[in-house]
Amino acid sequence: MSAVLLHGSAEGGLRQRLRFGPLWLAAPGIAFLAVFFLYPVLRLLGLSVQDADTGAWTGEHYARIVDTGVYFRVLMGTFRIAGLTALFSLLLGYPLAYWLAQLPERRRGTMVLAVMVPFWTSYLVKTFAWMVILGRTGVIGGILSAGGLPRPEMLHNEFGVMVGMVHAMLPLAVLTMLPVMTGIDRRLVQAAETLGAAPGHAFWMVYFQLSLPGVAAAGLLTFISSLGFFIVPALLGGPQQTMLAQLIIIQIQEMLNWAFAGALATFMLTAALVTCWVYDRVFGLSTLSGEGGRRKKGGGPLRKAGQGVLSVLAAATAGAARLTQPILGERGHGRLPAIYSTLVLVFLVAPAVVVVPIAFTSSPFLDFPPPGYSLKWFEVYFGSDLWLGATLRSFGVAFATAVLATLVAGLAALALARSTSRWRGAIFALFLAPMIVPRIVIAVGLFYLFAQIGLVATDLGLVIGHTVLALPFAFVAIAAVVKGHDWRLDQAAATLGANRVQTLMRVTVPLIRGGLVAAFLFAFITSFDELTVAIFVSGGVKTTLPKQMWDDMILQLNPTLAAVSVVVFVIVMALLLIAERLRRSGR
Amino acid sequence: MLPSHGTAPPACKLLVDGLTKSYGTVVALQPTRLEVPAGEFLTLLGPSGSGKTTLLQMICGLVEPNGGRILIDGRDETRTPVHKRDIGLVFQHYALFPHLTVAENIGFPLRMRGVAAADLDRRVREALDMVHLGHLGDRFPKELSGGQQQRVALARCFVYQPSVILMDEPLGALDKKLREHMQYEIKRLHRETGATIIYVTHDQEEALAMSDRICLMNHARIEQIGTPHDIYARPKTAFAADFIGVSNIFRGTVQRDEGGRPILVTGGGRFRLSPAIGAAADAADGQGEASLIVRPEQLDLEGDGDNEVSGRVVDTVYAGSETRVLVALGDRSTITVRLRRGMSPPPLGDQVAVRWRSDAGVLVS
Repeated sequence: MSAVLLHGSAEGGLRQRLRFGPLWLAAPGIAFLAVFFLYPVLRLLGLSVQDADTGAWTGEHYARIVDTGVYFRVLMGTFRIAGLTALFSLLLGYPLAYWLAQLPERRRGTMVLAVMVPFWTSYLVKTFAWMVILGRTGVIGGILSAGGLPRPEMLHNEFGVMVGMVHAMLPLAVLTMLPVMTGIDRRLVQAAETLGAAPGHAFWMVYFQLSLPGVAAAGLLTFISSLGFFIVPALLGGPQQTMLAQLIIIQIQEMLNWAFAGALATFMLTAALVTCWVYDRVFGLSTLSGEGGRRKKGGGPLRKAGQGVLSVLAAATAGAARLTQPILGERGHGRLPAIYSTLVLVFLVAPAVVVVPIAFTSSPFLDFPPPGYSLKWFEVYFGSDLWLGATLRSFGVAFATAVLATLVAGLAALALARSTSRWRGAIFALFLAPMIVPRIVIAVGLFYLFAQIGLVATDLGLVIGHTVLALPFAFVAIAAVVKGHDWRLDQAAATLGANRVQTLMRVTVPLIRGGLVAAFLFAFITSFDELTVAIFVSGGVKTTLPKQMWDDMILQLNPTLAAVSVVVFVIVMALLLIAERLRRSGR
Repeated sequence: MLPSHGTAPPACKLLVDGLTKSYGTVVALQPTRLEVPAGEFLTLLGPSGSGKTTLLQMICGLVEPNGGRILIDGRDETRTPVHKRDIGLVFQHYALFPHLTVAENIGFPLRMRGVAAADLDRRVREALDMVHLGHLGDRFPKELSGGQQQRVALARCFVYQPSVILMDEPLGALDKKLREHMQYEIKRLHRETGATIIYVTHDQEEALAMSDRICLMNHARIEQIGTPHDIYARPKTAFAADFIGVSNIFRGTVQRDEGGRPILVTGGGRFRLSPAIGAAADAADGQGEASLIVRPEQLDLEGDGDNEVSGRVVDTVYAGSETRVLVALGDRSTITVRLRRGMSPPPLGDQVAVRWRSDAGVLVS
């Protein structure tokens, strides 16, 4: 490739423009996403405005959604649940992120693990845990009835869905807000206090405003992720809580109505994109990858109004503090955030812990506490060809996905870090897009494409689908490290006689190793946990572990699921701890 | 919390009494007493880790002392929360609020004090004009240069007329030229407002140029306090002499010669001391161990003077307004001599005689 560089500039014209610039490193990723992401999604949208038989343009599928009460109710219900999930995730998560941000760095690293664990725990495992906890014979019901109280209905209603959704989204909200908060210069709050601001004023007028980009990013990501959810509402909700993604699955799997599924997907995608657009107008999308906010000027009256609201909040805080101060005392006040944060962390971690004793139960039911202990459910798991085959397939697919995603994302991150091209922003957006477009939309689009080219029920199809989903995570992980890379070291290597490839292999890659390892593991876990693509693409005996769990959970809850959950949990935790260990030693 | 306007300012604006701070076994500040009269420009000068920033942060309330008191205008403010102390702090890296415009930054302390809108606008405008930034009120801090940001930080502090203004190495991030200009600006603001300013720096030239008094700190305590001239001309310790300006230090013992006159006996020779210097040495210490400190401008090449050392020229340093000659002595030490005006520097390697008068220099124990 250096040959192109050497001759390109001399010959001018077309060669000049095709000269080997760093941006070409992103080409494999762009091509991959164009074929396996952009094309299938656009094709699906195209299907939604075509008549299935004649291929003529039609709006009938959209008319059907609006006209049929059921569909419209689901649409509205989906927005409602997603909105409430985002809201509660922010309200619960903000104080926790605030508390984490002010801890000394070492201690924060340990505490953040308590958020990382539920973040990377499989949605299926988490949802299974809530079914155990909230069910009629579950943990809470058991405790209440032991106290002589009636067992409340907490499953298959809105309460169950909200608990499951908020629990699923809270880690994402906290982990998105945290980097923004740790980036806030604490001296600004001190400065505000020396200028006469009481602690409440200093918080609302300075800290809170500076943390807003993080809050908005967290709101955006949790809302969009919630829009495409189907695991939690399907297993913890009732018919009233049916969400859009469930409808799409039914349309494809039971009705084979591609066009109508496409129309439903369009609604979901449009909602996601509109949310992103609004966010981009206000904060700039680049804040998502921690590139630092872009500040819009002016906004006169709106800005003034916002500041006014915050002053009122500040005064209210000061008033509240005056009321509670005599009751709690200064010491008590200081401890409130720590107590609150501990409770939220317990809420985050507890479900995974509850599953463990169930996995060792001697009973064929999911009673809690178990009547006795045995290893028989692990024996069932390890004795089953179906379960072991699914586990092995998941491992293989995850490994291949991780290799592919790290390679493609790594090249792209290197390309974008050094590029000043006007295409930079667009390419950046393309690599983050699979995180923004709801998974169900990508999965259905890929299913349609794979059906045409014979990749359904193949491992290759799974790897391709999972790589699309894992790319944004791998890209962000590597981009974050590359951003801190000192490019003068590469220049130094060049002056010392290393060519481009030698520089890359001997200087750049060793220095960004931490990011590469993190990207590999994140991609691995993403694939290992993935259900949405697997539901469509892995069929029959070629099932993956999450797909097998999902089928079992729909059919009949049993303690084998708890045993499988423990196995999955242990594997993911081990990977996470390795990633964390490498990340720390990499510094 | 507002300063009592109208009444005559008390002689002592700020009194720090027995103030002390330690982190575990590390003592950040030994019990310290410091009096600052109203309107004074006092500089806390010292190497990093000498306790000057700790002292500053305790005065403004960001760090809680382990013991001692802080009195402002005679009121005990030791336990007053930061935001209720009538103190202004100019931060090392300015600490301008990035989400507020320049005008909003400057208006912030006034808003916190509930100043009415019309009055607030007028005072912000005045403060902006005072630092010559009248046209930049609507910009955000990020859009300003380092020097301009520094001016905003100053305006934000002066605008609410705090009793005492503390500055924590405010010019540390600026380049030399700009730093000298801002030194002049800060002195002008001090003159125009009559504010009491406590200024932290580790730059001795800055301290000499700006201060009414310098408080020299070392090893978590005050080494010497006095006017810049005082500290330069009459350092009380070898550290003070070494830290401020260039010093030549001769270590030895004070003795009497055959005629009963005081002399300093060193490894490099016997030096005469004037009767005044000798008397001071007698009064200070019976042991006789002492260091004679002589500034480069008190030394002379081939000139007159009743003390003499000889050595070899090892280097000459041209600094524009003056030239310094480095002379290596027999005992391997090197002394610095300022070349007399009009003299051409001696060639390297030349053997020269360096002389000074016996009444020049200071003797410290």
